Formats: sequence, C-alpha cells, structure tokens
Amino acid sequence: MKKDTKLAFWTWVPDIQKEVDLFQAKYPAVKVEVVNVGQGGAHYQKLRAAIQAGKGAPDVVQMEFDKLPSFTLTDSLLDLTPYGIGELKSDYPGWVWGGVTPGGKGIYGVPQDTGPMGMLYREDLFTAAGLTVPKTWDEFAAAVTAYRGKNASSMLTNWAPSSEANMLALFWQAGGRPFSFDGAKNVKINLTGDAACKKVTAYWNDLFKSGNIGNEPDFADAWYQGLNNGKYAAWLTGAWGPVFLQGTAKSTAGKWRVAPLPQWDSSSPASGNYGGSTDAVLKSSQNPIAAAMLARFVNTDEKAALTLANEQFLFPPSTKTLNNPAFADASASFYGGQKVNKQFTDISATVQEGFQFLPFNDYAASSYDKTMGKAIGDRGDLNAALSAWQDDLVQYAKGQGFTVAS
Amino acid sequence: MRAETLTQEAPLRQHKKKVNIAKRRQYAAAYALSMPFMVMFALMIAVPLFYAGYLSFFKKQLIGGVSFVGMDNYVRALTDPSFLGGVGRMALFLVIQVPIMLGLSLLFALILDSGMLRLQRFIRLGVFLPYAIPSVIATLMWGYLYGKDFGPFAQLAKALGLPAPDFLAGGNVLFSIMNIVTWGFVGYNMIVMYAALRSIPAELYEAARVDGASEWRLAWSIKIPAIRGALLLTTIFSVIGSFQLFNEPNLLRVIAPAAIGQDYTPNMYAFQLSFVNQDSNYAAAIAFLLGIVIMAVSYVVQLTANRKERAS
Repeated sequence: MKKDTKLAFWTWVPDIQKEVDLFQAKYPAVKVEVVNVGQGGAHYQKLRAAIQAGKGAPDVVQMEFDKLPSFTLTDSLLDLTPYGIGELKSDYPGWVWGGVTPGGKGIYGVPQDTGPMGMLYREDLFTAAGLTVPKTWDEFAAAVTAYRGKNASSMLTNWAPSSEANMLALFWQAGGRPFSFDGAKNVKINLTGDAACKKVTAYWNDLFKSGNIGNEPDFADAWYQGLNNGKYAAWLTGAWGPVFLQGTAKSTAGKWRVAPLPQWDSSSPASGNYGGSTDAVLKSSQNPIAAAMLARFVNTDEKAALTLANEQFLFPPSTKTLNNPAFADASASFYGGQKVNKQFTDISATVQEGFQFLPFNDYAASSYDKTMGKAIGDRGDLNAALSAWQDDLVQYAKGQGFTVAS
Repeated sequence: MRAETLTQEAPLRQHKKKVNIAKRRQYAAAYALSMPFMVMFALMIAVPLFYAGYLSFFKKQLIGGVSFVGMDNYVRALTDPSFLGGVGRMALFLVIQVPIMLGLSLLFALILDSGMLRLQRFIRLGVFLPYAIPSVIATLMWGYLYGKDFGPFAQLAKALGLPAPDFLAGGNVLFSIMNIVTWGFVGYNMIVMYAALRSIPAELYEAARVDGASEWRLAWSIKIPAIRGALLLTTIFSVIGSFQLFNEPNLLRVIAPAAIGQDYTPNMYAFQLSFVNQDSNYAAAIAFLLGIVIMAVSYVVQLTANRKERAS
C-alpha cells in the first residue's frame, strides 16, 4: 500500500470523493480516479463493453446486489476472500452478506447500502380518512378501499408497472424464493410454483382490478407531483426512500411518517430488500490488493461509513453503523421528528436470508416489464402475467444454455 | 508498309500518351482528393457493416460461448413477432404520418413561395424552428404536454368539465408519436421544397400568367411537377426516418411503459437485444433485415415515382 498505484473507481454515488479523500489521506501513495459513467443501466452497459474489450475497465466498481450474479457469471469479479474481506462477515445481517456471496461461494463485493422495505405514509391524510396504520396486508387492502371511499381524487398508494426490483422485495418478504443459481450452469426459475409469489401476485391483482390504487410509472413527473399534492397517501419503498422523498416532496414536510410494511403473519414480522449496492473489484485489475482495500475502506472505515450514511444518506448495511448513535438517534423533522433511521434499522433486522437473483437480472427485469408491467399498466390479469413471465424467463435461460429447474 | 505505319502512328501515339498522362494525373488527383472520404467511409461504415454482418451468423450464449449458426438468426427474425410487429407498426406509421407531414410541408412551401404572405421570414423561421430542437428535448416537452394530470390539454379538458384525453394510452400513443415527428420535421422538409421552388425560372410563371393561369393552376401544373426531385428526396428520407424511429418512443416509454413495449420499433428491439438480452448477434441480424426492408421500400417508392414520370 506504500507503492505508487493508480486505481480507477466507477460509481454514481454523489460526493463519494469525500470517502475517497479519507482513503487517500491514509494511503497517499494510492491515487484514485473517481469516474461517474452514468447511473444504473448506462453504468452496466459501459462496464460490460469495457470488460468485453479487455481494456478500459475500472479496478473498483459500484455493483448493485441484483446485478452482482450476472457479473460473477461472466467471471468478471474478483473473489475477495484472499484479501481478508471474510473477517467482515459478522458486521452484517445474514441477508446482506448473502448478497455478496451468491451461491455461497466466494465474496464478490463489500456492501455499501441496502434498502429494506417499509411504508412511508401521510399521517394527516390517514387521520382525515379515519384510518389507522395497517399492520397486516388484509388491513392494508381494507384501508385501500376505505381511503378511496372518502377521497375521489386521491388513492392510498401507487404501484408502478416497471417495478421488478420492488415486486421481488415483496416476494422476498412473503417468503418467496423463486430463483437460484449454483454459480455454474444450473438455475431455478419457479415463480408459478412458489406459493408466496403466487399469493403476493393474486393480492396485487385484486388491488389493481379494484381501481383503488394507482398504476402510474414511478420516478416520472406525474408521480413526483402525486407525492407532492396528496394524490398518494403512502409509498411502499426501501430504506433509501425517506431521504429521497424529503428532496422530492418538499411541500409536504412534517406530514409523513414511517411504519413497517404490512405483514402476512404479524407474529413473525418480515421485510424484503429493495435496492442497494456493493463495491466490487474487477478480476482484470492490475492492483487487486489496493483495489480491495479501497472497496473495504470507503464502506467500512468508521468515519467513511458514517459520512456515507449521514451526509450521502445511503442506508448503511453494517450493524456497526446502524447501531452507531450518531446514525441511529438522528430524528427527521420531515417525518415529524420521528427516528426514521432507527425504524429502518429495526426493519432491516426482520429481513430473512436466502433470496437470490437470477444471473441475468437485466433480462428478468425487462421481461417483467412486458408481462407483469403490462398487466399492471392495463389493469389486466396479473396472475396470468406471472405465468407469462415464468415462461419467458425459462425460454430465455434455455436459449442461453442454462439447465433450468423449476 | 509496316515501317510506314509505325512512323505515321508515332506522333499520334505520343499525343495519346500525353493525354493519358494528363488524364492519369487528373484521376490521381481525384482519388487523392476523395481519399479522406474513402478512408472514413471504410473505417466508419464499411468495416463495422461487414463486422456486423459477420456477427449475425454466430450465436453467443451466456453458457456455452460462441458458435456458428449460419442463417439461423435470420430465420428466427422472420418468425419473431417482436420484430415483425415493430416493422408492421412502422409501416403503419409511414403510411399515415409521411403523407400528412409532406403534405403540410408542401403547403407551407407553396404558400411561402407565392410571396403573398406578410412576415414571410418570420413564418419561415417559425415553421423551421422545431427542427432545430433536438428530438430528445422535443419528446420530453411533448411528454409533459400529453400528461394526464397536469398537461395543458388535460387542464383545459378539466376546466371544460370533459374527461382528460389520454394521449399515452395503448391505442393513441402511435398517433401521439406521429404528431411529435410531424411537428419536428415539417419545417425541414418545407425548406428543402422551398429551395427547389426558388430555383424554378420565373419566365415559366410569366408565360403561364399571360395564358391566364390562376395561382392554384400555377402550383399544380408548374411548381409541383418542377420540384418532383425534391419531393422524391424528402419522401425517401422520411421512409428511412420512419423505420429507424427510436428516440421518441424510447423516451415516452418512461411515462407510458404499458403502451410502449421494448420492441415497439425495430431499432428499439435491436437495442434491447444487444444491451439487455446480451444477444448482439441476433441484434445484428435484426439490423440487417431492417436495412433490407428500408432499401426495398425506398426502391419501390423510387420505382413508382419513375414510372409516373414516364407515364406523364
């Protein structure tokens, strides 16, 4: 770490330079170049192109949990086990650690942030409609109907058509484990045979058919407006949601509150994870030791991790940061002084292990859009769409040479 | 005899030689001058084209790697509902949108050319201006205008107590895209036609006026036939543009994901195949087939135009 070294770091986390500066202060010989090549899809397209070209790929790269298996599939990521990352295991909840060790073999990233799901809701609108916070999904469905009965121009919530990551988190909460991948060539795709996935799908099918919840695309103008002007009274989202909403729906400051997701079984509370990233090291890196140190440092150094959590508002994966009073005791005026971080820390502890993503999650998401997403947009038959999604994924997997089990 | 002819031919041959040298120099200059184009053409168009053609005969799987599959990708494309649906949609787009757009362009060009308009320059610029706006910006703008909650059309409908029109519903969205493209390209085509109109010799008009022709008659019998070339050019450009539609639907997809699938146009489908499905070999085959469709349709357009010309 004393040798002059250059590292390229591709990430779209805003202001990550702060953490990188801390790293460089400690290891002045290592020069890190932070590059933002685009967010989400654009980032991965460029990364894949660089990997295929054999040059121009970075050393360290931001990698979302649901994309990670598609890069271990192509053998593009470095197994960090020899670099001592394994000793971090006890700092993370089991489900987070599972996300960087797909198939249980090797460690392919250092967790950066997560998105255990909760419910953000407008306390004022709930009170005006005479509703209490729904604790179970049955209560939630009843609340949807009751709320709509009292508001002609407002709905309890919206669920977007292009929502694969979001829907998988609901499957996850319900105990659904539709996918698995053994790291070689065997995948399991079992959406239609998984009772939990079917239950969740049928539940939302009824909500959409009733016409009492929105089906608008999210992260688009009309949706932002909807959160601002009270068209939607609740948003089911990941732990990164509260800060995002704070920036989006400024005019509603002080009116929102946070609660856990409604439950299927209130005696054993559960949640699923929606979003979140890791920092991974590419196998092609010429300086794997320094690269692994960088990935580790920016996410686990106490000061760096706290800065990520408190200044860049990434929801921390590590129990150390989650339980650090500087993070956990913060109260948010946007949420009426509620300790939002503490709420989501508690939710994080209820997320169960064992959920896996397909090694071609990009395709799974686009396939979701044309089957499930289309049914949501048209308020069509979501149950039939689940079968169509299943069939399409199986067909794709077989075409790509996987051995498919259901 | 033999010697005689030789001596007689000698000066001639020398002359020829001189001509040849001069010609050869000219040729050399011509090649030298066009070389930069040739090099760029080869590097940027020919080589990638051949490479794409080469790729289209292979198949790459996530598991199992690359294998030669001959024409399989093409056979697959010809029975692929996503590809055929996209081509069909673009054909419909072409049949409806292109005549409307070119009709409007021609009308504006004729009106401007008639010289009977005040503020001529201002209007010419006004019609042309949308073309100067990048299609991405234009689509974002129209996306806002089409909005069901707070778009101005929706607001107006609400104020009048009418249901808000849903421009982004499955059955309407193709027409909404046609509107954006028409808005963007009327001015461009108008300028092409207008320039052609300006190059018609004025004597023709004078002669016709002496014969008592009205402005309408002038337009119909002199102007339109005289700019046949410009009309054909704009038609073929529009045909190509229609089949290659990408930006507008791709951006509107964000706000209308249920109405606009990833395979809405052949180009969107190829993009999807290449970057999401990681199947660039099949995408290459799709791109080639699309190219063939475009060439065929352009050829038909040109053929019909020529036949009409011969008939008249």
